[in-house]
Amino acid sequence: MTDRTYGTRLPGLPEGDLPGKLIVIEGADGSGRSTEVALLKEHLEVEGHAVVDTGLRRSTLVSEEIDRAKQGHTLGATTLALLYAADFADQLENKIVPALSAGSTVLADRYIYTLMARAIVRGASRDWARRLYGFAFRPDLVLFLDARPEILLHRSIGKYGSLDYWESGMDLSLSRDFFESFFLYQDRLAREFEWMSREYDFHTVDANRRPEEVHAFVRDLVMPLYSKAAKARRVGRARATPRGPAASA
Amino acid sequence: MIRENPSPKHGYPGRLFVFEGLDGSGKSTQASLLGKWLAATGYRVFRTEWNSSELVSSTIRRGKKKGLLTPTTFSLMHAVDFADRFERTILPPLRAGYVVICDRYSFTAFVRDAARGCDPDWVRTIYSFAPTPDVAFYFRVPVKVTLQRKIASRLKINYYEAGMDMGLSEDLHDSYERFQGRIKKEYDRIAVTDRMTIIDSTRAVEPIQEELRKAVRPILQGFPKVETLLHDR
Repeated sequence: MTDRTYGTRLPGLPEGDLPGKLIVIEGADGSGRSTEVALLKEHLEVEGHAVVDTGLRRSTLVSEEIDRAKQGHTLGATTLALLYAADFADQLENKIVPALSAGSTVLADRYIYTLMARAIVRGASRDWARRLYGFAFRPDLVLFLDARPEILLHRSIGKYGSLDYWESGMDLSLSRDFFESFFLYQDRLAREFEWMSREYDFHTVDANRRPEEVHAFVRDLVMPLYSKAAKARRVGRARATPRGPAASA
Repeated sequence: MIRENPSPKHGYPGRLFVFEGLDGSGKSTQASLLGKWLAATGYRVFRTEWNSSELVSSTIRRGKKKGLLTPTTFSLMHAVDFADRFERTILPPLRAGYVVICDRYSFTAFVRDAARGCDPDWVRTIYSFAPTPDVAFYFRVPVKVTLQRKIASRLKINYYEAGMDMGLSEDLHDSYERFQGRIKKEYDRIAVTDRMTIIDSTRAVEPIQEELRKAVRPILQGFPKVETLLHDR
């Protein structure tokens, strides 16, 4: 079924609506993403929902290759973008879909959007990136934790004591200076997230606040997904959705 | 930067010749012979094969052991491999003005991934970074012939090449014939839509090679040889 994904049929997947929910939290390093994922997971579990959390670069299939490539910096931009896509596909098929089929909530600490933004700022076209990830499942909710670059910088330094090579986009040769590169890189990423937030219906969350304030706001957006009315809507939508013709193999 | 003689197909100063067909169709033998002749004639030639690199084969081995590979991840891993080869070994000589001979190109992925049930448009999008070749030869031969050639030369049939992951048949030879049959059908189809040059590869080596040499001559009309390049400096 192509309407469960962003347009590309995934061969070998079960037909029909999957009972679980897919919630995505996006945001730069230092936006408070990990903290919010932990808080939300805790809250959902206390409420009685089974939660499976997932992030980028955690699959067993190619994570070694990605680590090796990052150390050597030897792979080209297209190659690296495809390697990330392979890694994501592996997680989608072997972790996310099974969890959704089992009725769990999948809490994704970043999703295709980060991967797309990274690929685009490294030279891929928006259209290529969008179609490459056409096989990804549409989330029930995408939360974008939006924080000012100054806040991101402050939190990164506070946490690691320095700036990360990749999060500063040093591989792009924007500037030799880490700080300058960091701001230029985050600015480019922000431009891509702005475009995607419209294209993919993000809920933007002001992340220039304390974690508990952000969490309260997020909870108000997430919990209606579990109301009876939302359930009824989902069932209705599943029934009303016409089956497209099976794509030829 | 060399800007003379841009190819009308892809705009790079080099020329790109692609050899496609089933395993055992004779394309590698022909690619090698054509490359030798071109080099002997005085062209700068670079020949490359697309077989599984260490990057991909280690992943595929691991994936197979754990039963993790699906048509989608299988397709993407091959795309990673091709992109790596393209960025590293195909594009530089093409930009430097070489005749680049590719033994397998993106068409291999189009037919193989289609045979595994991947969305053909999606696969084409992924490979859209690969430029259109100046000529793509398709070595057409019945599946039975390739199987006989494989058995005759005592080559082992590979698990994925036989499409054993597709569950078409428990028997390796039977599965091979069915899966390669699907691939051939797809090759036959795209050979027309992608305007490939179809070569009847049931014939002997010599007449085929002669046909290829004749076919590339017009493409190389006015294309500089090493000698010319040295004198024109």
